[in-house]
Amino acid sequence: MFFQQLINGIVLGSTYALIALGYTMVYGIIELINFAHGEIYMFGAFVGMILVTVYQVPFFIAFFLAMALASLLGITLEYLAYRPLRRSTRLAALISAIGASIFLQNLALLIMGSRPYSFPSPFVSKVYKTSFVTVSKVEVIILIVSFLLMLGLTFLIQKTKIGIAMRATAQDKDTASLMGININKVITVTFAVGSALGAAAGVMVGIYFRSVTPMMGLMPGLKGFVAAVLGGIGSIPGAMLGGLLLGIAEVMGAAYISSQYRDAVAFAILIIVLLFKPSGLIGSSLQEKV
Amino acid sequence: MISAYYLQIIILVGINIIMASSLNLITGFTGQLSIGHAAFMSVGAYASALVTLKLGLPFFVSLLCGGLVAAFFGILIGIPTLKLKGDYLAIATLGFGEIVRIVFLNLEITGGAVGLRGIPKDTTLLWVIISVLVTLFVLYRIIRSRVGRALIAIREDETAAESMGINTTYYKILAFGVGAFFAGLGGGLFSHYFRYIQPNSFGFLKSIEYLCMVVLGGLGNMWGSIIGAAALTAIPEFLRASADYRQLFYGAILVIMMRLRPQGIMGEEILSKSNLTESPFLSKLKLRLKKQKNQDI
Repeated sequence: MFFQQLINGIVLGSTYALIALGYTMVYGIIELINFAHGEIYMFGAFVGMILVTVYQVPFFIAFFLAMALASLLGITLEYLAYRPLRRSTRLAALISAIGASIFLQNLALLIMGSRPYSFPSPFVSKVYKTSFVTVSKVEVIILIVSFLLMLGLTFLIQKTKIGIAMRATAQDKDTASLMGININKVITVTFAVGSALGAAAGVMVGIYFRSVTPMMGLMPGLKGFVAAVLGGIGSIPGAMLGGLLLGIAEVMGAAYISSQYRDAVAFAILIIVLLFKPSGLIGSSLQEKV
Repeated sequence: MISAYYLQIIILVGINIIMASSLNLITGFTGQLSIGHAAFMSVGAYASALVTLKLGLPFFVSLLCGGLVAAFFGILIGIPTLKLKGDYLAIATLGFGEIVRIVFLNLEITGGAVGLRGIPKDTTLLWVIISVLVTLFVLYRIIRSRVGRALIAIREDETAAESMGINTTYYKILAFGVGAFFAGLGGGLFSHYFRYIQPNSFGFLKSIEYLCMVVLGGLGNMWGSIIGAAALTAIPEFLRASADYRQLFYGAILVIMMRLRPQGIMGEEILSKSNLTESPFLSKLKLRLKKQKNQDI
């Protein structure tokens, strides 16, 4: 029972980690909570679902197309809703982000309707059993794909030229700019990569729960943010760790405390973390600058 | 006489003016972004409805109880979370709002997901008008006083306000307490007018609706909140827009207003020049200048 819950928690947590990465990357660079990130996740799930069911595209191609289209949406969003506000206050940018989130959510509601669409799992519902845990093939695939994506991201951030530029920009925008880094390009790439990861999570959650709805982005979006804060916002390993821990905590909370309070677990964790260690588990503490 | 339909719109406008003005005290005047204002409303709505239903006390007392319980929660959530700044505070208020909704969904005394039914219809137009006037009067007196100036100072520059001897945590909690009190009052009027409440009528989107009214009217402007609340309540009714379009419209308003006129219809330039929370870019620049100065010395 315990190990089974642990596995479920890790599977759920790895999708939270993917969402959290999008938040944390954007926050690391422009210090904005990209509230519409949950909607990008929802968009990715819809694109994947439509490609697979309507156009009969093979699953993994649909998966990458969903990531690519979500990147475009992320870039567009940044260009329309955030870039004009870069020189204005953080409150203004945050309100704009909330507005963008509500707008996209309701646009999806208008276009797709409120009823859930079923996302048929492309994998044979094979189940691997050991003496004390049962793992389905979908869960294994989610774990492997998430792991590969995170590995790829770590490589991108640590080894490539654009990754170095991203880290430099996160540390100090002005100096990075003086060193010849094109800040606008870095921000665009950050949004593209973060959105692609969010969409990947969306598609995988879609096949995991076999359902896609316009409102599906709201809760995972918020929880992804909680995961990012838990790990330490701005920190990439932090987002991965935070996502996994949040997934495990949520599943354990639902199993051992009360399933009705499942969604409250995340928010309770959020408030506790914010109170006692606002810098998160791995984040560096930031001093208020005058 | 006014028809029942128009009466309902007028009463809703009144309740929303109370909600928007009280949120304006927190977000517009004190500069603390709260996206959980509907949670205070729901606490007030439930508290006052339960006082009426279970204890049978008069309407006035139950309204007051609704306000006080909401204020209590405002202070309770305020004390620990108000040390947080900017974005973090916004997320904490959102988390608080969701927790309140989930708790109400699961408590027995609040009727769970079914909600509370059969609340007597005590809210009349007169009650609403009196409540609106009292709310606006009290908020106006607060803003025009020493307290109000302290709140605005916190909005303009928290660190500077603190170094001027303003106890920022105290004043922020005060703003949350007063704001929550009036939100609770609005909730009490709401529950005693519609006679039926359930947790999901006070969700995240409701909080966004109030934020939208404040932003549209103008952050930190009392007339702005009144106009914003009236416009966003009445116009969709008269246009007969469906609820779906309404939300789409709210989202668009927030983005477009921030881009074109961040100070709202009535507001002064508060968001663009002197900042609510300073942009990180500018603060880094200042820090660098300061360091340079120190080195020169």
